[in-house]
Amino acid sequence: MEPARLSATDLACRRGERLLFRGLSFALDPGQALQLAGPNGVGKSSLIRILAGLLRPFAGTLDRAGATGLIDERPALDGDKPLGEALAFWAALDAPAAAAPNLGVDALLDIPVRYLSTGQRKRAALVRLARQGAPIWLLDEPLNGLDVDAARACETLVADHCARGGLAVVASHQPFALPGLRQLALADFAP
Amino acid sequence: MRVVLILLRRDLARMLGGAGRGATLLPVLFFLAVAMLYPFAVGPAPEILRRTGGGVVWVAALLASILPLDRLLATDVERGTFDQLALRGIAEELVVAVRLLAHWLSFGPPLMLAALPAAALLGLDGATLRTLVLGLLAGTPGLAAVGLMIASLTVGLRGGGAALSGLLLIPLALPLLVFGAGALAAGGTGGIALTAAISLVLVAITPFVGGMAIRAGREG
Repeated sequence: MEPARLSATDLACRRGERLLFRGLSFALDPGQALQLAGPNGVGKSSLIRILAGLLRPFAGTLDRAGATGLIDERPALDGDKPLGEALAFWAALDAPAAAAPNLGVDALLDIPVRYLSTGQRKRAALVRLARQGAPIWLLDEPLNGLDVDAARACETLVADHCARGGLAVVASHQPFALPGLRQLALADFAP
Repeated sequence: MRVVLILLRRDLARMLGGAGRGATLLPVLFFLAVAMLYPFAVGPAPEILRRTGGGVVWVAALLASILPLDRLLATDVERGTFDQLALRGIAEELVVAVRLLAHWLSFGPPLMLAALPAAALLGLDGATLRTLVLGLLAGTPGLAAVGLMIASLTVGLRGGGAALSGLLLIPLALPLLVFGAGALAAGGTGGIALTAAISLVLVAITPFVGGMAIRAGREG
């Protein structure tokens, strides 16, 4: 896996007229993981989108080197296609090298995505993320909708990723079990 | 290039395949329905049909191109497909350009084919039919481009987006209609050349307009 880097300096985010946070800085090296914690509406998802380069920060700079994978509440899977075909589209783009853990998704490949539950879609998105082979993982509420077993599997997935030298940012209001997980409370940076 | 083929295969499968459940056929059926109803409305006088039929076909083609607009980009924006593609370094411009090609393929050539039975229903002669099909070949890429640009601009609108797209398309597609249908009356190739020129400009700017609109939509 290529060496990756993710650091933010003095980030601020404004949504509409409201300043969500300011003066936020952190740096992640390969193998490290960071949890963004805080109550709803504190700006966790906005920060994830800023880190992904999908949203411009109101102030501050972002330094990101390496391919980036994102999990959020939208699975980006075609609803009318069977799950296998929907995942095959992304697999064709990502050209996955190694076999990835399947999180029980193999049993669902023939079912159209629109009939899948929230948790099943989330599992499919995690499988796509694992196959993407990106060194930087941005996870926005990855445990939402997952049952207990799938949540453990998700935590293991992220732990393995970090052990292989990947880095991860997890935005979650729930506890996320991961060795060496650093915490960043977004509420500390509220204006 | 590999990326273009993968995107095009998905777009075509979605537009032509089972995904839309007959949504592709809908513009063509609508187009034929207009050609079929027109003689009933104005009466069966052959020379009136011959003189006005070509223009009616053009109006039908313009209105038929409105039908697929509302789902052209909206589902991919809502599902986060554009975000996932952006993370993989695939520019919105490229995705929109491929979508434009797929959108045209899904309604341009079918409309040109449907022009044959439409011409028979309206009693158009061979020369008129030839000008009509050439005009549609020159004009439908422009119609597809205008439609896609409007779809990219109205993508964030909740409710009413589809109706607004239809209303917006009409004035913007007017130059295509003027020159495309005008070629039928003039009987020359000048009108077709102008239609092709307008189409070319529209096709050239669509990927950039679409890309900017989708990126701007993320900030909202």
